[in-house]
Amino acid sequence: MKKNFIERLLPIFALLTWVFLFGIMLILFIEGTPIFKSVPIFRFIFGRHWYPVHEPPEFGILPLICGSLMVTVGALIIAIPFGLGCAIYLSEIANRAVREVVKPFIEMLAGVPSVVYGFFGMVLLAPMIQKIFHLSIGLTAFTASVILGVMALPTVASIAEDAISSVPKALREASFALGANQWETITRVVVPAAKSGIFAAIILGIGRAIGETMTVLMIAGCCAVITPNFFKPVRPMTATIAAEMGEAPMGSMHYHALFAIGLVLFLITIGLSLIAERFKER
Amino acid sequence: MVNHKIIAKNLNLWYGNSPCLKNINISIPENAVTAIMGPSGCGKSTLLRVFNRLNDLIDGTRITGEVLLDEQDIYKDMKDVFSLRKKVGMVFQKVNPFPKTIFENVVYGLKIHGWKDKAKIEKQVQKSIIDVGLWDEVKDCLHKNAFSLSGGQQQRLCIARAIAIEPEVVLFDEPCSSLDPISTAKIEQLMEELKEKYTIIIVTHNLQQAARVSDYTAFMLLGELIEFSETNQMFTTPKDKRTENYLTGKFG
Repeated sequence: MKKNFIERLLPIFALLTWVFLFGIMLILFIEGTPIFKSVPIFRFIFGRHWYPVHEPPEFGILPLICGSLMVTVGALIIAIPFGLGCAIYLSEIANRAVREVVKPFIEMLAGVPSVVYGFFGMVLLAPMIQKIFHLSIGLTAFTASVILGVMALPTVASIAEDAISSVPKALREASFALGANQWETITRVVVPAAKSGIFAAIILGIGRAIGETMTVLMIAGCCAVITPNFFKPVRPMTATIAAEMGEAPMGSMHYHALFAIGLVLFLITIGLSLIAERFKER
Repeated sequence: MVNHKIIAKNLNLWYGNSPCLKNINISIPENAVTAIMGPSGCGKSTLLRVFNRLNDLIDGTRITGEVLLDEQDIYKDMKDVFSLRKKVGMVFQKVNPFPKTIFENVVYGLKIHGWKDKAKIEKQVQKSIIDVGLWDEVKDCLHKNAFSLSGGQQQRLCIARAIAIEPEVVLFDEPCSSLDPISTAKIEQLMEELKEKYTIIIVTHNLQQAARVSDYTAFMLLGELIEFSETNQMFTTPKDKRTENYLTGKFG
């Protein structure tokens, strides 16, 4: 009797995740779409100026999208080689003692609160970068990329490590038995065999970097301009929402515009998750 | 007088502290099929993996004694396992084609061993696949994934992959244990043909298979080589009581 009750309760919990997901999506739509009445979608997404409190205000989020893309790409340039290197080293080269010490540390890296990373970037990294590159300000896309890269690294490393170590031992043995050395075995057999898992790791790493808020709010510099220069401040979408939501009067155009940014971000990350799922299944 | 391709003298092997092979002395005849049989855990696969040094991959393996391939000590005289494994190929119990195309599977070893000439490579791939009797079945789908083949075809592909680099010895580690009877028959038939060119050592726990395919049989028990003789002789008049008990099904 008791077991029956719990058994009936469990599917409801499972369904709740759907309810939350659709709830979030619904609210984003309801609160975000009104902005499109006054600003057409095309001008919203491709507009080059974000002046929400000017008179008249301008709501073009292209600089914000570019900011997000810049720090994400920058983060990946760091996270992919280091993350994959880490994963390959741990699963293929390191002996068991090293692996058992290093792996928990990587997982702990994933557990550091993002505000701590932001703090670290602000106090330590930004002044360093300012000095080294003789900049007027150390809070730049580059600074944010470095820190985001470190943050995405554990995601990439641990998922890629899982993928690589689940490659059957039999394949490695076959390669060694044909006279291949360890490097040939890793590059020609193990990594290609794990490639779908490695893609999933990279895509989830992208998701981690693009959705990160606190760190970029603290160290990206928060300047909503379109620039190809990594040593200029930028303003990612997440940081914009976090910084401005407190000041935007409820129901105002600014308020709806921020929700619409959230919607864009949500669609991007959901898309990435779906792609990652596809790769994982293979 | 038979020529001996591989000779092991006073061979001992430990995994950590547990002895796995105890004082093995065996001479494997050239261009013949030698079966190594025995119950699970008797060390027969370990012995097989001594011959291509695949045990080196396992941490804590320790070996004493000598293993000679054409009078060269494979643990002392040969500087790298690369040249040893060029001469001693292997086919595994778990059918293990690479997740690549049929063609790429066979090419893999050739590339490792520095083959560059495209025409030569293609010829060698074709020759290897013909030799394992798979050509007619796969000639139109060489660039399909190897996993699209049946289990038996995959195992023959693995044999083609092993013989493509023209080894002198081919080790078979229970090659048929996951295959159906028809595929098994094909592979046994293939071994019969391959022994013209190669020295073949097969590990099996299937007595009938040992009797069918091999010219010589070794019987192992708990890490020791109990008896080694011509297959006919062993199956009809075993010298050791333990061999007789095993063959008559009293244990194993």
